[in-house]
Amino acid sequence: MKAYQLSIFAENKPGRLAKVTRILGKENINIRAISISSSDAFGVINMLVDDPERAQKVLSKEGLTVKLKEVIAVIIEDRPGGLDKLIQLLYDENINVENAYGFVLESWKKAVFVVDVDQIEKTQAVLKKNGVETLDTEALLAAEPFHYMKY
Amino acid sequence: MYWEKEIETISRKNLEALQLERLRKSVKNASASYHYKNLFETIGVDPEKISSLDDIKKIPFTNKEDLRENWPYGFLAVSKDELVRMHSSSGTTGRATIIFHTQHDLDEWTNIVARSMYMTGMRRGDVFQNMMTYGLFTGGLGFHYGAEKVGALIIPAGSGNSKRQIQLMQDFQTTVIHIIPSYALHLSTVFEELGIDPRRDTNLGIAFLGAEPHSEKTRQKIEDFYGVNAFNSYGLSEMNGPGVSFECQYKNGMHIWEDNYIVEIIDPDTLEPVPDGEEGELVLTTLLREGMPILRYRTKDLTRIIPGPCECGRTHRRIERIKGRTDDMLVLKGVNIFPIQIEKILMDIEGVGTNYQIILERKDYNDHMIVKVEVHKEFFSGDLKQLETLRRAITEELKSDILITPRVELVEPNALPKSEGKAVRVIDNRED
Repeated sequence: MKAYQLSIFAENKPGRLAKVTRILGKENINIRAISISSSDAFGVINMLVDDPERAQKVLSKEGLTVKLKEVIAVIIEDRPGGLDKLIQLLYDENINVENAYGFVLESWKKAVFVVDVDQIEKTQAVLKKNGVETLDTEALLAAEPFHYMKY
Repeated sequence: MYWEKEIETISRKNLEALQLERLRKSVKNASASYHYKNLFETIGVDPEKISSLDDIKKIPFTNKEDLRENWPYGFLAVSKDELVRMHSSSGTTGRATIIFHTQHDLDEWTNIVARSMYMTGMRRGDVFQNMMTYGLFTGGLGFHYGAEKVGALIIPAGSGNSKRQIQLMQDFQTTVIHIIPSYALHLSTVFEELGIDPRRDTNLGIAFLGAEPHSEKTRQKIEDFYGVNAFNSYGLSEMNGPGVSFECQYKNGMHIWEDNYIVEIIDPDTLEPVPDGEEGELVLTTLLREGMPILRYRTKDLTRIIPGPCECGRTHRRIERIKGRTDDMLVLKGVNIFPIQIEKILMDIEGVGTNYQIILERKDYNDHMIVKVEVHKEFFSGDLKQLETLRRAITEELKSDILITPRVELVEPNALPKSEGKAVRVIDNRED
């Protein structure tokens, strides 16, 4: 199943993230999860939002550089070892995680782990074969997160 | 106190007579080159008809572009067999400005470098540490051979490696250094870190500052810290390199060796000569170079002739510290860089957007270049790794061309001032 995150290119300086959240807030777009990876003078803001396409449109209109990037939103168990099960599976298949973040869906029961991997199709096949549940954008929209958490 | 008393203190009248004789020879010699032959034929200059120094005005100016267009041999006035060395202007690759020398040319060049060094008080028995890059850059080898001619012991240290430089100075009791002023300031911080005081712990007495414009304040700082007499010099590879002009013991302007060069100062807009004392662009003509004579070369450097005689007794006129450029050339760590070079490289790299900015900064006496580059809107795939790869590629490409490793920062599309109109491409934040 396909999920999309917003990837926003931003200079690593005060005000860039504030611009993004201000626009999304004003447009009534909900942020489900966020991670920021930065490299010295610049970085990429990754976000899961409830309406990625509209978010991309409004952010682009304001001059931001935004891409919709396909990621995999995996349901894992919210208990010790829950994430490990998934990561070991990816490791066995020699799949590299480029970026990841997550949030809890139901405390002590379910969490969503969002991964950006180097071999997206292979990963999807592996997860399917092993019966691991993934969410698409609509399912993510419907999910009611308990609270956010960054790994 | 003179290397060649007769020529250094020659009367103006005799100097001008010597210049005319040599100019006639140089122009005639130049007409053997592809470039000047065509030029003289096209505009009807007869080298035989140069009968006064004023007649030099009949010859058109030579620009850097002429040298580039005639790359590499179009200015050669002798057969290639007679050449023994080439140099190039710093900071450019590809169609860099190449200057070829015959043995005679090197001998004459070495002589004026030796004359310059001797003028500042350097003698046989001095230990000369040459902290300049050896290679195509003229600052290294030019000073090297001059010092050898004076009879000093040379430590060909080359540039960089600060701790070793200090070690060499101490181990071999260096008395004279040749150093880029910004590096001299940087090196002072290394001295401090090591707890070594050059005034107390070294034998330094003379410093030659060159390869980059600097202020009187910078000179004073260097003199105070190192306990040396620091001398300013000016030269450019097109005119051989170092030795074109040098300060004497009075340090009030740099004597241009007028037996080797004809000096003109022109208004860069009207191209008309300005009187002594007025600021303008320095134009030089080689008088003794056989391999590659260059006539009326526009240096793009702004200066003025200091009117009146110098207390030292030398009759060769003095130019003032270079005030700036008529073009946008930057000098960083002794390397000449044109913003257009950077632009050309950037625009050839996929993923680079339309605008860029060059920022020069000085931190701990060390100069840095920051290049801000807009990423093309369509290039971004949402991947940080991709951006990092682009940043590295830009850094490598720039480094291989301008010989300096800049700090490249990627910025969002449209984050920088637009290129149309008066875009500020270069921001120089360096201060003394």
